[in-house]
Amino acid sequence: MKLKQLSVFLENRPGALSAPCRILAESGVNIQTFALADTREFGILRLMVREWEKAKEVLGKNGYVVKVTEVLALAVPDRPGGLAEILETIEQAQVNVEYVYAFTIKHQGQGLLVFRFNDPDAAIKALQARNVNVLGQDELHKRLTQ
Amino acid sequence: MKNTPSPPPVHPVSAMDFLPVPQLREVQFARLMAMVQRAYDRVPLFRSRLEERKLTPADIKSLDDLAKLPFTVKADLRDTYPFGLFASPLSEVARFHASSGTTGKPIVVAYTKEDLDDWTRAMVRSLAACGVRTGDIVQNAYGYGLFTGGLGAHYGAEALGASVIPISGGNTDRQLMVMKDFGVTVLCCTPSYFLHIIDRAGELGIELKKLPLRVGVFGAEPWTEGMRERIEAQSAIKAYDIYGLSEIVGPGVAMECEHQAGPHIFEDMFLPEVIDPQTQEPLPDGTEGELVLTTLCKRAMPMIRYRTRDITALAADRCACGRTIRRITRIGRRSDDMLIIRGVNLYPSQIEAALLRVEGTLPHYQIIVDRERNLDVIQIQVEVTAEVFSDTVGAMEQLKRKLSQSIESLTGLRGDVRLVAPRTIQRSEGKAKRVIDKRKL
Repeated sequence: MKLKQLSVFLENRPGALSAPCRILAESGVNIQTFALADTREFGILRLMVREWEKAKEVLGKNGYVVKVTEVLALAVPDRPGGLAEILETIEQAQVNVEYVYAFTIKHQGQGLLVFRFNDPDAAIKALQARNVNVLGQDELHKRLTQ
Repeated sequence: MKNTPSPPPVHPVSAMDFLPVPQLREVQFARLMAMVQRAYDRVPLFRSRLEERKLTPADIKSLDDLAKLPFTVKADLRDTYPFGLFASPLSEVARFHASSGTTGKPIVVAYTKEDLDDWTRAMVRSLAACGVRTGDIVQNAYGYGLFTGGLGAHYGAEALGASVIPISGGNTDRQLMVMKDFGVTVLCCTPSYFLHIIDRAGELGIELKKLPLRVGVFGAEPWTEGMRERIEAQSAIKAYDIYGLSEIVGPGVAMECEHQAGPHIFEDMFLPEVIDPQTQEPLPDGTEGELVLTTLCKRAMPMIRYRTRDITALAADRCACGRTIRRITRIGRRSDDMLIIRGVNLYPSQIEAALLRVEGTLPHYQIIVDRERNLDVIQIQVEVTAEVFSDTVGAMEQLKRKLSQSIESLTGLRGDVRLVAPRTIQRSEGKAKRVIDKRKL
């Protein structure tokens, strides 16, 4: 259920984002989705890639500090209240959302969001009890390549 | 009360500055003997170092024998922290001061009541040498506290009979208001801070040239003739260089006279030598080397042949003022890696200690010193490592905050911590350049 996300430290300056993307491109690694958290001085690039171990290795070799973080990919009904219901479930389980970003695909009336929770296991338990679809690596890949 | 008649050319307190040289040497020798005996009797480190050399105080038969004595270095103060070099019991210590050590702990210095009186006398002679007199209004913008600058200048100016404003450092607008409203005639601060005051005065439309201010007592950091010219041209005051260091006494070790030809060392109290920092051999007057000072009057903490790490020379010629005590030339650099930031001593090793305390291991870092609007600023660039990298902005911001706090608590300086990507700090031959000093003095 838990997916591996790569977080990369970047300095906030021109070219800082394109360089790691080029490195991944040269290694044939496709970025499934990403998000950038930024401050005035630095940024954290969060990446979802299928071959995360390979991506981590090439980025590391090129001098990047890369951290592997566990995240969840959730299918969220694409209708008013779809996200709110999931967040209520999370709230009741006393789990905290650290950040969230999206995939750009839509599948059978569902959007796909990447969540970083402070306690992913507790989140999975609570979400599955409410029949929220928490996607595993294979299912995620299937949807992305459809 | 600026209506005092023009002051006499020489203040009575300056008499010792003019002692005939043979008499001055006699005074120095008599005091040196007493100082060596006191340190030998009361400071175990000094005694053991003499014993290693098979020396006793009786082997000091002339001033030239000074060269036989062992040096004292800053590490000795650190290794014996806090009180190990004291030659007086704590019951006789009237005051402590402290300054930056090379690592986490400061170095501590102590004064008996008599030491404080001597220090005050040295400061009175300093102020008198540059023409400060009873009736002057002295604005003391040196920091008060553990730093020797504030209290040293304060008691000296009071004892001279001047009226002292103990305003301490910072808050430039208030400094200017007080300067203008109180009719200040003498200002004590770092030269770079005065340049900042000049700039601010311009912005506020205050014409320094029209104020009664006439003397600047500037020290606690190196400065140049170029800075003096700028200060004097822009403010129409006379800018004088004062020299001192806590290990010896604080400000008042040496001070310029009206000829502004380099600070005169109060040699009857502080015996100077200049040595080659590599060979440690004494150098003749007029040759540049490291200044070594021996206190001749200190009771609580005698310093024998203290290596100041300041590079200077003892002037070979006599000053036009007629003082027999020698001058040092301007101090431009040091023989170690100490930086002076806004008058505060800073060693790169202190920054290392601060980073280590937070991160556990030492990251690559670089200290960048610059001068913005005439104020020293430091930026500490720290490379992010896998150990400390965290995936959330909040955690990284917190790391930054912790690093800044650690630096401030160890050095007393607020630095701008900047997290940078790995391998962005330039290394030369595998070793990173730790300090980039962009200041142009």
